[in-house]
Amino acid sequence: MKKIGKNSIQFSKVYMSETATIVGPLERSGPLGNFFDYAYDDLYCEEDSWEKAEQRLVKDAISLVMTKSFKNDKDIDYVIAGDLINQDVISNYVMRDFRIPLFGIYGACSTSVEGLILGSSLIEGEIGSNIIVSTSSHNSTAERQFRNPTEYGGQKPDTATFTVTGAGACLLTNNETKIKVESATVGTVIDGKQKDANDMGSAMAPAAAETIKQHMEDLNRTPDYYDMIVTGDLSKVGKPILIDILKDNEVDISNNHTDCGILIYDSEKQPVFAGGSGCACCAVVSFGYLVSLLNNNLINKILIIATGALMNPIMMFQKETIPSIAHAISLEKI
Amino acid sequence: MIYLYAFLVGGLICVIGQILIDRFKLTSAHITASFVVAGALLDSFDLYDKLIEFAGAGAQVPITSFGHSLLHGAMEKANEVGFLGIGMGMFDMTASGITAAIIFAFLVAVFFRPKG
Amino acid sequence: MIINYDKSIKKNAWKPKYLRNSIRAFVSGGSICLFGQILLKLYELAGFEKEETGSLMIVTLILIASLLTGIGVFDKIGQWAGAGSLVPVTGFANSMTSAALEYKKEGLVLGVATNLFKLAGAVITFGVVSAYILGMLRYLIENFVL
Repeated sequence: MKKIGKNSIQFSKVYMSETATIVGPLERSGPLGNFFDYAYDDLYCEEDSWEKAEQRLVKDAISLVMTKSFKNDKDIDYVIAGDLINQDVISNYVMRDFRIPLFGIYGACSTSVEGLILGSSLIEGEIGSNIIVSTSSHNSTAERQFRNPTEYGGQKPDTATFTVTGAGACLLTNNETKIKVESATVGTVIDGKQKDANDMGSAMAPAAAETIKQHMEDLNRTPDYYDMIVTGDLSKVGKPILIDILKDNEVDISNNHTDCGILIYDSEKQPVFAGGSGCACCAVVSFGYLVSLLNNNLINKILIIATGALMNPIMMFQKETIPSIAHAISLEKI
Repeated sequence: MIYLYAFLVGGLICVIGQILIDRFKLTSAHITASFVVAGALLDSFDLYDKLIEFAGAGAQVPITSFGHSLLHGAMEKANEVGFLGIGMGMFDMTASGITAAIIFAFLVAVFFRPKG
Repeated sequence: MIINYDKSIKKNAWKPKYLRNSIRAFVSGGSICLFGQILLKLYELAGFEKEETGSLMIVTLILIASLLTGIGVFDKIGQWAGAGSLVPVTGFANSMTSAALEYKKEGLVLGVATNLFKLAGAVITFGVVSAYILGMLRYLIENFVL
């Protein structure tokens, strides 16, 4: 392993093995529906509370990754897991049922890539050889914690995003697979001075721009090195802002940029405002769709940038601005 | 004619709220709270009663009428028993609405579950 | 290091659809009030006194809004109607019912009861405070000044 440039890491022996994605009904009926392993028909996922439903998603995802890769609890060195709910309770409660050491992490919607970077570093440093990274979000747990009761009839503006219901997990390993974790750039906290909690795209685009620019500088690359540059959940609002900021800084990603929040839903037909968001957005799109593009030789090099807005309702009520962070990871087809 | 006025006046009050939401990014709580204050304010000049006379439900249904009813009940009682009547009569006219909202909310919570 | 984000954020900002939202609010808010007016007439025809019809009409609207919240429809109406369903008393009923419903899992006392006024509390607080102050002023002016 070596640190490269200011904020980046280059990996030499980290690979992405099996992945698992479990989603809710709206994600199943979206454009990427067929790329997910399993979908529940109902937001309760056969449980009796939203929190239990989200736990169910996470447990399914972690169990499925282990089944797919023929591993059990003692084969996994660590689980690195995070979600959006206070004190990471979803991940923590799920891990009661496993006998695997846990790192609970929080990076809002950037958690998936944060976990991948941490997991890859542990493997690269030979501190573990099989690590599961898991993240989740659930539309209703997020609504009730960050916004209003789920049945509240307040109108959301078009710039709002729709929290993805789902959980994504993947196994990182030191055994060679078809997908190599090539490098990563750790984000810094950026405050774009936005205050509107119903417009996360504008709040997070600056962080994504910083991280992408830093990544290109640190690794001495240009955007056309990658077949795809995919951000986590900037939505239709944040995408043009990101492209615009980077253009002003002589980085042109307009040809190969796309966003998980735009990919996961059909915003013309589904009631999702400007697109999807939440920890699961980047996780299920990356582990379901993007990984299958790599596995099927449709693309060779991809940069995934998960973006997270680091606020909570208390800070919003206190009229604070929304700081955000973005972590980038580069995956390559071998 | 009262039906037309009810539609127009009720609709217009809502449009004012909508513009405040879109233009000034006020939250729902800010809108409803300020509308109640506006209703009480209008009532203190006896203007709200004229609006109700003119538009019927168009003025009774929007939340502004809650502020009007609070003040109205308070003043009626105050005229009967003096200064203390303001507190005693505060909920006189709105009691049925608040009671209904509490009871129905409670019952719905008992018999339904959120759909998400 | 990038410093100037403001320009790009402002340049690409989404404007609210004022006209569309206002028309929807007007039509839906107006319709709810028109429905209220029809209810007033029906209760009058049913033989209730004028003082009673007003209360009955409000209670009926609250009942309907609570039920629509319970079956999971009101949030969809609210997203379309905006202030059109928020400003009428239906919005007040929805704010209480949705809060009560959301916290059902935390129990009747710590969940439903303590959260019932989570959103509606602002309306009642500001209503009472403003009515009290205005009432006091009016009482003083009527009795001591005039």
